[in-house]
Amino acid sequence: MQKTKRFAMSLALVASSALMATSVTADTIRIATEGAYAPFNFIDSSGQPGGFDVEIANALCEQMQATCEIVTQDWDGIIPGLRARRYDAIIASMSITEERERVVAFTEPYYSNVLAFVGPKGTEMPTDADSLKGKTLGAQRATIAGQYLEDTLGSVVNVRLYDTQDNAYLDLASGRLDGMVSDKFPAYDWLTSEAGSAFEFKGEDIDIDDKIGIAVRQNDTELKERFNAAIQAIVENGTYAEINAKYFPFSIY
Amino acid sequence: MSDLIIQLSQWLLTLTQGAEPWDSYARYLPRLMDGVWITLQLVLLSGVIGFLMAVPLALMRISKNPWLWVFPYCYIFFFRGTPLLVQIFLVYYGLSQFESLRNLGWIWTDVLSQPYWCAIIAFSLNTSAYIAELFRGAIQAVPKGETEAAQALGMSQRQQYQHVILPRAFGIILPAYGNEVILMLKGSALASTITLLDLMGATRGAISRTYLSLEFFVLAGFIYLILTAVLIGFFRLLENLFNAHQRAQDMKINNLDPQIKDKHLEDSVR
Repeated sequence: MQKTKRFAMSLALVASSALMATSVTADTIRIATEGAYAPFNFIDSSGQPGGFDVEIANALCEQMQATCEIVTQDWDGIIPGLRARRYDAIIASMSITEERERVVAFTEPYYSNVLAFVGPKGTEMPTDADSLKGKTLGAQRATIAGQYLEDTLGSVVNVRLYDTQDNAYLDLASGRLDGMVSDKFPAYDWLTSEAGSAFEFKGEDIDIDDKIGIAVRQNDTELKERFNAAIQAIVENGTYAEINAKYFPFSIY
Repeated sequence: MSDLIIQLSQWLLTLTQGAEPWDSYARYLPRLMDGVWITLQLVLLSGVIGFLMAVPLALMRISKNPWLWVFPYCYIFFFRGTPLLVQIFLVYYGLSQFESLRNLGWIWTDVLSQPYWCAIIAFSLNTSAYIAELFRGAIQAVPKGETEAAQALGMSQRQQYQHVILPRAFGIILPAYGNEVILMLKGSALASTITLLDLMGATRGAISRTYLSLEFFVLAGFIYLILTAVLIGFFRLLENLFNAHQRAQDMKINNLDPQIKDKHLEDSVR
């Protein structure tokens, strides 16, 4: 029922946006997030998307005085979905990369990410290529961590790529993986949970100058500029810091 | 509609201009081919293992003794009644939740912790349930006259099954078995969900790096079509081999050796 209702609503939206032609102001912005990347985006117990990305998205929409509809979409189809106009923006902790910039446009970054190795507590796990030789390391498919793993260690370790970060955690906990390369902040969240309590960060953080932005279609310059202005505004008026403090005791901007 | 035509033609244009997509094809095609090899291994291994498991299951299933038929009945009911994806996740992520399984030595390190073997186990269990049900039907469809003839020759129950019923049943299920293997080929794409780099896994890997989703999915679909065509040809060949009697009916009576030609044969063929 909910589904048909939502479908009818989106039909109505498509129809109305077609009628309004190109008027961008005062319309509905459809924003996609993944919903499997706690604490940045996840599906909460009531079935609604929540998390840092979602709160930032809502704050930005409020700032822009736009109505927003947040939809969830599997990670490896999230860029194709944007290009297919199923939604207008992606706020899902997406790193700004050259490869992605060839197909979508990014706003200014709304947070910075570093990568980290995670391994079982109580074991020595040096993170240089020589010591990792022959080990099995995991990461999520189609992520910066996955690309880092394939590109820098792919020739010496067994790389396993997962559909979701949650599945990688499961295999780390079951011992199928010797370690994992992941974005540091979601891993921090997992390590403080019960399931991740037997694991810890290993070695140095991997700073790859990774900036997280909002993706829009390449020809949507107007929407991109509106997002940019709104990001700057919520950073300046303290809304950003307020949301940040709910999730991490340190600034991630 | 006109938008679609414009976009499609733009897309076709990008294929002819510039090196961008072609570079990506050249880089990822070898990985797709590695994926094809993994896909073939999955289908062939689980097809054979599933078949070997199906024969005893089917024999137990047709027994009139409840102690014998209850197990295969529940087994077939479960594996035909739940989605293959659920079965794969149960074998891969489900089993690994049990601490005691992880202390089983090589069974864990070499088999259950490997996505490859988990996929083979899940596919074999799934396909064996379907094949067992095919086999049950086929055994019951062997013409009564043939078992009677075997009995008349003084064959024991065991000999009847070994020399008459099972070989005949195999011929009967062949077309349906070929169908099941083709379904398995397409089902094997689900192996990519447990990190296996089969054809689908390699395709998703290529898309995650290039974002050429339309192009690579079309390519993968085309490769699956070719694999299916090969399987169809292979099973045609098997059918010709095992069901030769079906073709023999076309033989013209006139071409037969006059010595064995008699009234009775002419009547029976007509």
